[in-house]
Amino acid sequence: MKKNSPPKNFLRFFRWFCHPKLRDHIEGDLMELYEERKVKSGRRKADLKFIVDVLFLFRPGIIRPTEGYKNLNNYGMFKSYFKIGWRNLLRNKGYSLINIGGLAIGMMVAILTGLWIWHEYSYDKYFANYDHLAQVAETGISQRDGGRYVGTTMTYPLSTELIDRYPQHFQRIARVSWNIDCILSSDNLNQSAKGLYVGDAFPEMLTFKMIQGTRAGLANMNSILVSESLAKSFFGSTEILNRTVRINNKVDVTITGVYEDFPLNTEFAEMRFFAPWSLFLSQNKWIEQRALTDWRNHFLRIFVQINPTAAFESVNSKVKNALHFDPADANDAIASKKELYLYPMRRWHLYPASYRSDFYPPVKMIQLVGAIGLFVLLLACINFMNLSTARSEKRAKEVGIRKTVGSVRMQLVNQFFSESFLIVCISFVLSLIFTLLFLPLFNDIAGKQIVIPWANLWFWSASFGFILFTSAIAGSYPALYLSSFNPIKALKGSFRVGRLASLPRKVLVVFQFSISVMLIISTAVVYQQIQFAKNRPVGYDRNGLIMIRKKSGDFDGKYEALRNELKNTGMVYEVSESMGPVTEVYSGNSGWDWKGRDPNIDKDFATLAVSHMHGKTAGWQFIEGRDFDLTTANDSSSLIINESAAKFMGLKNPIGELVSWTWWMDKRVLNYKIVGVIKDMVMDSPYEPVAPTMFYLKGLNGKPSWINIKIHPQHSASEALPKIEFIFKKIVPTVPFEYKFADEEYSRKFDKEERIGNLASVFAVLAIFISCLGLLGLASFVAERRTKEIGVRKVLGASVTNLWRMLSKEFVLLIVISCGIASLPAYYVLQNWLLRFKYHTEISVWIFILTILGAVAITLLTVSYQAIKVALMNPVNSLRSE
Amino acid sequence: MKKYQLGEFEEVVILTIGVLYRDAYGVSIKKEIESRLSRNVSMGALHTALVRLEDKGYIKSFDGEATEERAGRPKKYFQITALGKRAMEHTKDTRNELWSAIPKVALGLKIVNS
Repeated sequence: MKKNSPPKNFLRFFRWFCHPKLRDHIEGDLMELYEERKVKSGRRKADLKFIVDVLFLFRPGIIRPTEGYKNLNNYGMFKSYFKIGWRNLLRNKGYSLINIGGLAIGMMVAILTGLWIWHEYSYDKYFANYDHLAQVAETGISQRDGGRYVGTTMTYPLSTELIDRYPQHFQRIARVSWNIDCILSSDNLNQSAKGLYVGDAFPEMLTFKMIQGTRAGLANMNSILVSESLAKSFFGSTEILNRTVRINNKVDVTITGVYEDFPLNTEFAEMRFFAPWSLFLSQNKWIEQRALTDWRNHFLRIFVQINPTAAFESVNSKVKNALHFDPADANDAIASKKELYLYPMRRWHLYPASYRSDFYPPVKMIQLVGAIGLFVLLLACINFMNLSTARSEKRAKEVGIRKTVGSVRMQLVNQFFSESFLIVCISFVLSLIFTLLFLPLFNDIAGKQIVIPWANLWFWSASFGFILFTSAIAGSYPALYLSSFNPIKALKGSFRVGRLASLPRKVLVVFQFSISVMLIISTAVVYQQIQFAKNRPVGYDRNGLIMIRKKSGDFDGKYEALRNELKNTGMVYEVSESMGPVTEVYSGNSGWDWKGRDPNIDKDFATLAVSHMHGKTAGWQFIEGRDFDLTTANDSSSLIINESAAKFMGLKNPIGELVSWTWWMDKRVLNYKIVGVIKDMVMDSPYEPVAPTMFYLKGLNGKPSWINIKIHPQHSASEALPKIEFIFKKIVPTVPFEYKFADEEYSRKFDKEERIGNLASVFAVLAIFISCLGLLGLASFVAERRTKEIGVRKVLGASVTNLWRMLSKEFVLLIVISCGIASLPAYYVLQNWLLRFKYHTEISVWIFILTILGAVAITLLTVSYQAIKVALMNPVNSLRSE
Repeated sequence: MKKYQLGEFEEVVILTIGVLYRDAYGVSIKKEIESRLSRNVSMGALHTALVRLEDKGYIKSFDGEATEERAGRPKKYFQITALGKRAMEHTKDTRNELWSAIPKVALGLKIVNS
């Protein structure tokens, strides 16, 4: 008789809500009654009564509790998990090593990048008033390219406005000069030092940590606060207060305080002295003469501290109207939407105010480095996942038995999670060791000084979270996969993972290699770009060119003597002066007019005032015309322009053309005649096209502050330098001899890119290494699994080469696929990066080809070892059945 | 005493278990009560009572064999524990005391409708 069952839905409903402990026998009772009723009153009645019964069973005593009801002996279980996990590790030392090693490297990278990011965020936190300090700035929309800019150089009248009219919004306001690089001398010792002239409130605002003296030390005009290191270098550790030093050999000041050096991760790290603003005023009489009410003369910085309870936005809106504009600038100000902006300290480091197209705000670097760190960690986790699941067949029997004896799936998942946790803990310890070893190298590359904050509680809690996170990610897939085995199949021994089961593993390998390949391609392109920029024709000869900055007025009147003596040594080819160094563009001016100029464009030309002989010193290469000539009478109105200037001005025959310049300050008009055109000199960024530049003989505002010395090509720098130093000491004894090499300064322009390139290459190497480790483990496992198959093939006549090809083919195919996948996004991203440089190289196809070949080669190497080992095995051994 | 709380239905159930001796399981208890007391017993009420009695410790259960009619589910047989026996006796005694405390007159009264 066909057996029909009670209404399925209600049965299901019952099974769902009933307490598992009671379920079985109540269900049995229900079924028994159902059968009886069916016989007695027919099926329909039985069904009805069944439904009634089920409904009446839905009562508190029988419904299952929502939380877990099984009291498991948790402690014992976990202890057993760890024990078994540990034994497992020991039993397969090879695989465990690969697993732990790969994971440790990945974690090391994550830790390094984490420390780096944390370091970036910690900038300026040294100051107690971190949340309330800001720099007064001006923000607007640049008319050149529509981007927002923030300018931090302010005018004097703005500071008086803020101090007089808006004092209630600020706790403290201080005027601060730009960085001053000058010479401090005491007794016989003189050093150059960087420092600032600041308003009285400044030390209090920045909560200087005073070692000697007080923060109020700047009250007297002739006083100075020095850093601890400066004090030590001058006076040792004796009594420092009330000693005098001389600034630039002109002014005597008394030391009224010694402050603790600012740590490297602060804005003012390099400042070794602070002098009063009143002193600055007295040294620069022009301020009081011209700049007190001039809304056009931007030359100082203003720092403010807002009230403890205030917020930046509200204060900002309240003081907006303090910013006024000179009528001459009014239109420009409106067009650019210039307005006052309180630039808070917490944004100083991460969002710098200078706006240049190839400048990397630290935020971008943080994102980049963070992404790389995360990806490498992901790689290591994928490795782990792959290896764990690949070897899962070995543990199938164990899982089967556990399930049979009564293990719930959750328990199995817990077990495998604990095993991952164990491995991750071991890897973490190992990764800390790696980090310690690798940190000095990393600091070199990154240009930072990062240390592991052993004492910091945050570090340990973050590490613990990190361990949990990693074990969750790395352990999730194996745990879920392994716990899903069907116990019957597993115990029967016929458990074989289907072909489809290896698919996720293959996907993971492809993913791993894609990331590694992307990193390699990026590294190659970055290096290519750097090389390209370095190979750019510079337009002048950088070899043996020394630049010395005249830091104090001691050089006045001594230039001619210096030059003569230097040339007399025979080591020096030529000497010249200039307003700025040859490796930078310090000044630009608009207001130039020439025949055929488009009246709507008022182009900013780079300008450099030079002395005669600068052409010979710097090695100008003339295209037309002549150099400045001492003998010609009117040479003071001669002008030499570079190629780009000539091109821009559209002059066919530049020589002899008249050019006039209107100085914006007092509308004075100066007339020049072009006498020469030189090849473009790369003075600013090697990635930008050269700006049109004008060179003339006398500057309008100030004196030339750089001396350029060209060493004779026949002599080496090491020969010439001592002689040069000797002369300097003779003629300007009160000045410390400091110089820079032009070629070193030039190569420093590549620092940022080189740093990125180095970092990328390090990470690429690590990524490939991790991927190869994974590949190694996987290959050995696959080879092992197919031992019988290979034995059979050998018996049937396959050669070693055949077998090797068969085993490697699979992997090589995967690698080629991942190269293909990686190439497109890499190309896209890198092309975007390159386009930010106006002067850039094209991504060559060779990079991709070489990378693919390289990846395939590495894969073959890794896989071949395993493949050949298995292929060489004696088929008798592999086919013998136990 | 609070210790020996026994609801009316629970008492019936536990007595039936005693009646059935080693044969007391869900369906048989239900049938026995229905036949002796002529009252309908729902599975829900019955099993709740059984669970409560077991929680109180008055009865204990042991598993029996599974049969075809029960779709392979085992039977759960119940037995009274010593504590259960004490509880039953306590109840019985209390009832008896109350009975004997009723004055003869109240029981002997006959209501006559005239």
